[in-house]
Amino acid sequence: MNRLVIKGGRVVDPASNIDGVYNIYIMGGRVASVKKAETDTSEIVQVSPGLDIIDAEGLLVVPGLIDLHTHLREPGYEYKEDVRTGTMAAAAGGFTTILCMANTNPVNDNGSVTRYILKKAGEGSGVSVLPAGALSMGLQGERLTEFAELKEAGCVAVSDDGMPVANAGLMRRALEYSRVFNMAVITHAEEPVLSTGVMNEGKVATRLGLKGTPNAAEDSMVARDITLCELTGGRLHIAHVSTRGAVELVRMAKKKGLDVTAEATPHHLTLTDEAVAGYDTNAKMNPPLRSKEDTEALIDGISDGTIDSIATDHAPHSTIEKDVEFDKASNGVIGLETAFSVVYGLVKAGRLTLVDAIRAMTVNPARAIGIDRGAIRVGASADIAIVDLNKSRVVRAEALRSKSKNSPWLGKTLDAVVVKTIVGGKTIYGHGESLKK
Amino acid sequence: MRLKRKDLLGIEELSAEEITLILTTAESFREVSEREIKKVPTLRGRTVINLFYEPSTRTRTSFEIAAKRMSADAVNISVSASSVVKGETLKDTARNLEAMRPDCIVIRHASAGTPHMLAGYVGCSVINAGDGAHEHPSQALLDMLTVKEKKGRIEGLKVAIIGDITHSRVARSNIYGFTRLGASVTVAGPPTMLPPGIEALGCKATTNMEAALKDTDVVMMLRIQLERQKESFFPTIREYSRLYGLNEEKLRKAKPDAVILHPGPINRGVEISSEVADGPYSLILDQVTNGVAVRMAVFYLLLGAAREE
Repeated sequence: MNRLVIKGGRVVDPASNIDGVYNIYIMGGRVASVKKAETDTSEIVQVSPGLDIIDAEGLLVVPGLIDLHTHLREPGYEYKEDVRTGTMAAAAGGFTTILCMANTNPVNDNGSVTRYILKKAGEGSGVSVLPAGALSMGLQGERLTEFAELKEAGCVAVSDDGMPVANAGLMRRALEYSRVFNMAVITHAEEPVLSTGVMNEGKVATRLGLKGTPNAAEDSMVARDITLCELTGGRLHIAHVSTRGAVELVRMAKKKGLDVTAEATPHHLTLTDEAVAGYDTNAKMNPPLRSKEDTEALIDGISDGTIDSIATDHAPHSTIEKDVEFDKASNGVIGLETAFSVVYGLVKAGRLTLVDAIRAMTVNPARAIGIDRGAIRVGASADIAIVDLNKSRVVRAEALRSKSKNSPWLGKTLDAVVVKTIVGGKTIYGHGESLKK
Repeated sequence: MRLKRKDLLGIEELSAEEITLILTTAESFREVSEREIKKVPTLRGRTVINLFYEPSTRTRTSFEIAAKRMSADAVNISVSASSVVKGETLKDTARNLEAMRPDCIVIRHASAGTPHMLAGYVGCSVINAGDGAHEHPSQALLDMLTVKEKKGRIEGLKVAIIGDITHSRVARSNIYGFTRLGASVTVAGPPTMLPPGIEALGCKATTNMEAALKDTDVVMMLRIQLERQKESFFPTIREYSRLYGLNEEKLRKAKPDAVILHPGPINRGVEISSEVADGPYSLILDQVTNGVAVRMAVFYLLLGAAREE
């Protein structure tokens, strides 16, 4: 049986309440034991056959990151991304599990599309892919999909992400019906008639002459979905929260004890609508980048647990969609390969603790979709990411594994470099590279 | 003298000195249009492409005449006659036009920021002839030239801009231009058409038209798009006109010698009554005349004179 030891790294695992220097013993792809390094008396023999040793001294060792929000684009939009490149990007970002959204072509609204995605995932980088099925047939917002079939095929949640569910009655039924299957309903909460802008409504939009979408577009929809969650007892997850109002609504909902979780993206946590100046289409997304007050509220929301997860909303678009007039450009940015670094920037700036940041990228997203992952626990699959917090890098398009290069951080220097990603005890990223500086 | 810039994309980035240089140059070109032979050889051999993605009669014609009076060759491309209908991207259009070695592309586009994109794609000069609700720099320059001609100055004047500020590139360019030259600007319109944070551009804002008009030297009325009624920016044309239309009675709030501007085309009886539009203080036609002079000046300062920087 293959054995692996990750030796002497700083292990931070919020789920196990661990932060210290530990040795992690892995056997048959599972965590066999986790021992405090200074009291670990096991003799690690370098040369025993079938034993790999990763010397992680000076490095950060965390549970493999879990992303609740990616767009893998396959089937249908393989020119933007496919399951293979998307999972390669995920692995390079330290992710070991990703949830992919249903807005493919054909839409993932039936078991055959789900199975196709999972088959492709099996041939991918090794990152575990969990599809979200469409909430409505064809994302049309009219009729529910067959949740049972989607679940049997492998979907772990339902969502019309990208297309807000305008029909409150349909959202009510989805939240009710999903209870049978214990599936989270992920809402892209924007009131369509209020969100016709191409950026945040406010003084920057006014200056640039671009049509704005007010915070109220999101606030009103989040309020609606929370009240429907209360009505139905469903499991509601709110995708990419961008406004301070929505943070407050989620806080109130959680205080009431409702089954609500919420995520924020690294870009909504760190960038404001000022990034649009110069008409940079890599600063265009839905919901839009908001104001400083909003980013501050989101970060506070992560700190106090209101916003439990950080998710990338990795949305690859080719130059055909992005190298065009601003108001005609597609919404979204890629994020898998920069997420941890961007979030670590907030840690370094003293706005988030490292433990809170890691919790929001590991165990909390796992809980949001009801999967038992995101911890370095004895018996669990050895899904682990190793990060060098002392390294930095310049984000370059040609170095990104994603097929699309629509990152708002191109040319920027980011701290913290993922050096190794391990799934089930197998290294899927950072093979054979020396971890020594 | 030349502008130390490749493009004219907006008034926001211009200094007071640059604006003054353009206005002074335009004053000297005004006389060319009064001659019997309305042409100077200054830009002989230069090629100007008017690339208009939005219908426009006045502005396109004005740029074309300005180029021709400077002896430049002007070519017009309008959206219906171009390859845009075949789905060509702006970038490809730009590269194709660039391959024909123009000296200047004048662009009008419904999407804000498009001239900025174009300027990044091509090596020749780019002039923004109106981009979405962002800027319309040559319009603001001709407005300032017109006011300066009548009032002798811009500094210290009170300017009221009235109407649909949200969708107006003319308003934005004029706010920058007039404030940069020392005038004080107040914008007025219904709350639905006053965009959030407009004061950050340097003006005051009010929903009360009479308050904006009080003791003002310059009244600039904006064209109201009648389609806005469908989006409930205002309930009816009738009510809009009653609250924000300019008539002689409201005009009495302004200074007795206040001048009236309108970028055109005007909706008679909607945002401006015929008596006011055709009245003694209306400069609407002077604006059109000055438009040619200003555009000649812009061509000259971007393309003319010595090519050294």
